[in-house]
Amino acid sequence: MESAVAISIDKAFGIHQAAVVTRARRAGLIATNLANADTPGYKARDIDFREALAEAGAARDAGQVRRTHERHLGTGPAVPGDGGLDGVKFRVPLNPSLDGNTVDVNVEQAAFSKNSMMYQASLHFLDRRVKGLTRVIKGE
Amino acid sequence: MSLFKIFDTAGSALAAQSVRMNVTASNMANADTISSSVNETYRARYPVFEAVLRENMAFGEGDDVAGVRVLGIVEGTTPPRAEYRPDHPQADEAGYIFRPDINMVEQMTDMISASRNFQSNIEVINASKQMMLRTLQLGQG
Repeated sequence: MESAVAISIDKAFGIHQAAVVTRARRAGLIATNLANADTPGYKARDIDFREALAEAGAARDAGQVRRTHERHLGTGPAVPGDGGLDGVKFRVPLNPSLDGNTVDVNVEQAAFSKNSMMYQASLHFLDRRVKGLTRVIKGE
Repeated sequence: MSLFKIFDTAGSALAAQSVRMNVTASNMANADTISSSVNETYRARYPVFEAVLRENMAFGEGDDVAGVRVLGIVEGTTPPRAEYRPDHPQADEAGYIFRPDINMVEQMTDMISASRNFQSNIEVINASKQMMLRTLQLGQG
């Protein structure tokens, strides 16, 4: 008897794979903001997580980001974290300072720890998936 | 993995903030350094920070992740305060000594700001370390 059980590891991981990559990228951006908390003229940047994740998901499904018009600018490599500045936006400052710096350290710290928690949550989901797959492969 | 880059970023901030703390300490230490001419008097020093945007990194993400560096150190422009102390051994011919115009309160707040920033970057490093360790343990146990 032939069974057609093909395990697609990529599909098994689902959205969490893209989520972890996007979270790691966001952690880098927020760390940059915190590092430049006292740099005159530095503008705090962040990514819209929902947008970036959707982009990552779409990129994974379609293989590339679609361009609806030939004169549109390219968005760089399809997967976030591979290059380009897809979806990076400037933060709207709560307390802009005289030297033109828009980093609000408290906001960034809160964002960083939240992002870090979410990263670990995504890792946890991935971990469960891996364990599930391992169990299936071992036939327990 | 861009998590590795966070160590560079936070590390650059630690370096920049320690330069700032050093310079501020030097300013405070020399707040009472007296001299006998205007030009020889100590002047407050301030580091100037600049964001470093890395382009075309090997595994990079454009200039997503960046750091900070000390562009240079500038001297304050406030002139030293002249004080009439003819009995002072360092007094000039006219009987004046010169004190640097260093505002201790300003220097203290600068110091606190630098040390707080240093601490928050250490926290960033710790949190990133945790994230990486968890990632390494993926699927184990």
